[in-house]
Amino acid sequence: MSKIWTRMGDGSAVEMTPDELRADIIAASEDAADKGRVPPLEDNEVEKLIEIFSAPWRVIGVEPGHEVPLTKDETACTLVSSQLSSGAHLPISREAAVEIFERVFCFDTMELGWIDYSFKPAKAMVSLDQVSIERLLATTVFPVLYGAMPNMGLYYTPDGPFTNPADLLGMMKIDEARQEEMKAAELCMEDMIYMCKRFDEIGADGIDFDTTASAGDADFWATLKTVEELKKTTDLGIEVGMSGEFILGMHGEIEYNGKKLAGMFPHQQLKVVEEAGADIFGPVVNTKTNKSAAWNVARAVTFVKEVCKQATIPIHANVGMGVGGTPMFETPPVDALSRASVAMVEIAKVDGL
Amino acid sequence: MGDPFGMSLTHAIASGMGGIRTAGDLVARMQLNYRMRLPEAKKYVAEKLHVSTFDLSDSTVMRNLREELDIGCVEAIPGLAKGLAAKARIADLLDIKIAAVEKLKGKLPV
Repeated sequence: MSKIWTRMGDGSAVEMTPDELRADIIAASEDAADKGRVPPLEDNEVEKLIEIFSAPWRVIGVEPGHEVPLTKDETACTLVSSQLSSGAHLPISREAAVEIFERVFCFDTMELGWIDYSFKPAKAMVSLDQVSIERLLATTVFPVLYGAMPNMGLYYTPDGPFTNPADLLGMMKIDEARQEEMKAAELCMEDMIYMCKRFDEIGADGIDFDTTASAGDADFWATLKTVEELKKTTDLGIEVGMSGEFILGMHGEIEYNGKKLAGMFPHQQLKVVEEAGADIFGPVVNTKTNKSAAWNVARAVTFVKEVCKQATIPIHANVGMGVGGTPMFETPPVDALSRASVAMVEIAKVDGL
Repeated sequence: MGDPFGMSLTHAIASGMGGIRTAGDLVARMQLNYRMRLPEAKKYVAEKLHVSTFDLSDSTVMRNLREELDIGCVEAIPGLAKGLAAKARIADLLDIKIAAVEKLKGKLPV
């Protein structure tokens, strides 16, 4: 068989022999199995991935009948905002952007978020975003969510009121660093609960917590406690999308329901997200730019397959720039992305993307 | 992240259900607000619509059915339910509560 034209994790083109492709897929699956202590891909799943990556077509799709619903973070911003959101900066409103996603791009759901897409900066604009969502609820048919990132790092100096733990750790002030993290987590949680309840008041269908745990285990804890409170007191549907495959132990000792959050891999993250009461979980597996697209997809699918196997709630895997086997490049090649998309559906058996 | 063509549109073509062009919005609603996994959500919606789960992603089947049920179509058709009116009909059809519809009911004169 001739060489297979495919991609690297940075989006650049590469040619591989069938043997090299197979070796990459097996090595990546074993890497995920080793790191996450999850089962590697079965032989038939390896063969399916080889079939997906050997297909000569530029764009591929799932088998008819296997289609899945799509949710998406920050999507209105991709039309309205600038490069910071991979945005096209169209001179239209965010509301128009969401309607385009409903009736032109035919997405299954959509969210609206503030241009500066974190809860802390969005808080000052909440009444504006409430009205925007209210308008969209009147003019659209599909489920409309509000989306934002917990982004707890914004609560540290110089952006926020608490001393940056990274500065304290450098001085070996470990207890002080942990105290500052918990103070930041409490305030982050307070802001998120305040914001989300405003969207429940106006009848939003749900909230998307995007890029959860980007500041580590305390960030994750703040989100879980927020979800817990919202499920007790509101009718909001809740999606928790992650920031990485591994929870960074910036604090190191925080637990949720007796489970230490630091070091959790996707299938372990799922369990605490379920316990908190979330309705949809979005696992992330990071892309390695110096490995092939096949390697990255095989590794991502190995992790996410185990998540789907253990889940009691829908799983919408994150498959965008730099995650879920997608190349880390601002204009992801459609050949690579369509293969990652199909592999997640056909092999990992996700409930959505 | 990623530009809309490379990311969002590619997923929509490769794997997406098709939103209100098909029955993607209905299945997504059962996932988001009722925690249903994909097979359960598709089965629930298909039974309510009296079609097969395969039909739910078929734009030919669903385009005509959505018009017949008056639950919102992807094109702007004069006289058919749009926006919140379509959602009210969806809530009734799927036998679920939709928060925005409940809010509307609260605003209507008794």
